[in-house]
Amino acid sequence: MKKILPDTKGHWGKFGGKFVPETLMVALEELSSAYKEAKKDKKFSEEVDYFLRQYVGRPSPLYYADRFSKKVGVKVYLKREDLLHTGAHKINNTIGQALLAKRMGKKRLIAETGAGQHGVATATVAALLGMPCDVYMGEDDIARQKLNVFKMRLLGTRVVPVKTGSKTLKDAINEALRDWVTNVRTTYYLLGSVVGPYPYPVIVRDFQSVIGKETRRQIRKLEGRLPDYVVACVGGGSNSMGIFYPFLKDKKVKLIGVEAGGLGLALGKHGASLNKGTEGVLHGAKTYILQDKDGQIAPTHSVAPGLDYSGVGPEHAYLKETGRASYYIVKDKDALDAFFMLSRLEGILPALESSHALAWVRNFSSNFKKNDVVVVNLSGRGDKDVDIVEDYL
Amino acid sequence: MNRIEKKWKELKRKGLKAFIAFVTAGDPSLQDTYKLVLEMEKQGADIIELGVPFSDPIADGPVIQASAQRALLKGVNLNKIFQLVKELRKKTDVPLVFLSYYNPIFHYGVKKFVEDAVRYGIDGVIVADLPPEEAKELKIFSSKKWLDTIFLAAPTSSKERLIKVAKESTGFIYCVSVAGVTGVRNSLAQTLKNRVQDIKRITKKPVAVGFGVSNTKTAKWVASFADGVIVGSAIVKVVKDNLNSKDLIGKIGRLVENLALSIHKV
Repeated sequence: MKKILPDTKGHWGKFGGKFVPETLMVALEELSSAYKEAKKDKKFSEEVDYFLRQYVGRPSPLYYADRFSKKVGVKVYLKREDLLHTGAHKINNTIGQALLAKRMGKKRLIAETGAGQHGVATATVAALLGMPCDVYMGEDDIARQKLNVFKMRLLGTRVVPVKTGSKTLKDAINEALRDWVTNVRTTYYLLGSVVGPYPYPVIVRDFQSVIGKETRRQIRKLEGRLPDYVVACVGGGSNSMGIFYPFLKDKKVKLIGVEAGGLGLALGKHGASLNKGTEGVLHGAKTYILQDKDGQIAPTHSVAPGLDYSGVGPEHAYLKETGRASYYIVKDKDALDAFFMLSRLEGILPALESSHALAWVRNFSSNFKKNDVVVVNLSGRGDKDVDIVEDYL
Repeated sequence: MNRIEKKWKELKRKGLKAFIAFVTAGDPSLQDTYKLVLEMEKQGADIIELGVPFSDPIADGPVIQASAQRALLKGVNLNKIFQLVKELRKKTDVPLVFLSYYNPIFHYGVKKFVEDAVRYGIDGVIVADLPPEEAKELKIFSSKKWLDTIFLAAPTSSKERLIKVAKESTGFIYCVSVAGVTGVRNSLAQTLKNRVQDIKRITKKPVAVGFGVSNTKTAKWVASFADGVIVGSAIVKVVKDNLNSKDLIGKIGRLVENLALSIHKV
């Protein structure tokens, strides 16, 4: 019999698990059973579907990027998550988890955010459901993602600046976890990626897998077959896990995750945990992490704030280990080139995160076969990045 | 019998409660930690917890976070802490317990960590983000040696979890007083007493209470129902306020003396 993964304790092989302070263990158990029940409840999934359709704007189109395709010499389809309400895939997860929080009787939402996309998506559902919400965000990220900070405030969320550590996403997660440990009885921690202790990597993956399910259906209709490649950027790994998951059993579909190469491959200059990291424990899970010789978590860099993270979801670590998915690195410079390229060729400003996936397709173009079909998850739109990009014009 | 077990026997014989004092190893320097440990023992600390600094300490409040950060900036790591322990063991037999997060231990290599810890004279280990479920590897190696694994019981732990924590703990059980992170608190909830009694109904192992015990009054109250009282942030705060003071050791000594008196008097 084939082993079902993750196991009941949340392990994919040696990855995953629940490495958290004892205070949170009961909360995680409670979350697991509440999620299990919600999954079985038809009403709950209907409610999630309703909001995804009527509020978020799903299904998102699978768009054939004709001019981009001609330029790179392979058929490229873009899964247009950038068209969703709030401008990125993050809302798929926040809708699901906020409804789960409400069902569990939790009174308050907290979240971490790096680029601010998950923060905005959480602030949005908090407003939608009338729940108070605090979002933790590193000071450095607040400075470079002003638009999203302002949006969160407009939506009635309190943005809490995080001044500790490297002042980016990992520190925002630390601070959110500290808040959760303190207010665990009343507060729901709405984690934004497939990271953290079990069951979060599963919950976030499930809510994001709507991307892959739609893609699978759409590409069959458009091409009469499955794609040869599915490409997505990987920071924590939620948009990639969401589009990969429904294709896991389709062994002929190559799954490509693209990590942030930043300024180069020295520790501290990039965010490529799967390619350059080693096994370790961060934020409640055993996975690949970027760390120094003493097991201290290393700082990271990426032009894309959403990829600026020292860890990665444990299921990605497992997919790498088993070879089911392959992970590559794209540097800042190439991602920026791809940003400009898609803007000029298709009239679409991609998020700098998603630009990494586009850049991989361009870099890889000489290796594709003539009739290959490639799907890129355009996980978010680039409006939030115009300040960063301006510096490179 | 290791030093922790001996200490509990000795305290029981004398009818005393245990005072467990915490400092971060290497804050403000490893030389200072050396002096602090000896001074704290002299002033009445029964067991000493050495914090192994970690870059991302999710169970710690601002005081201990900053302390770990100061130590890391000085380049403190497990190898250097083991050398400190080696030096301390030439002078003292006070039980020494590591308080760490899992990643530095995992990265060092769990087997090697346990071997080195025992070799240099560490008696027990508390890992803030390692519940019993994830501690199999650590237990396999530590159970063969005389290294105690101390797990935490939280205010939110169910009865089933308390049983698990009590079963897997050796040395003592670390009862967390409040849902939250480490830090100075003015008072603790009255329900803490019931919590400790719940645990004591489950196990005969000693129960020590930590998180938020920051003054002699609270320490005395906790000592009236627990076997031991753990003080961390209140001590580290005085370290922080005296980083450049020539009287750092003296100030910590006086604080520890007062705490020890209030705990031992009970």
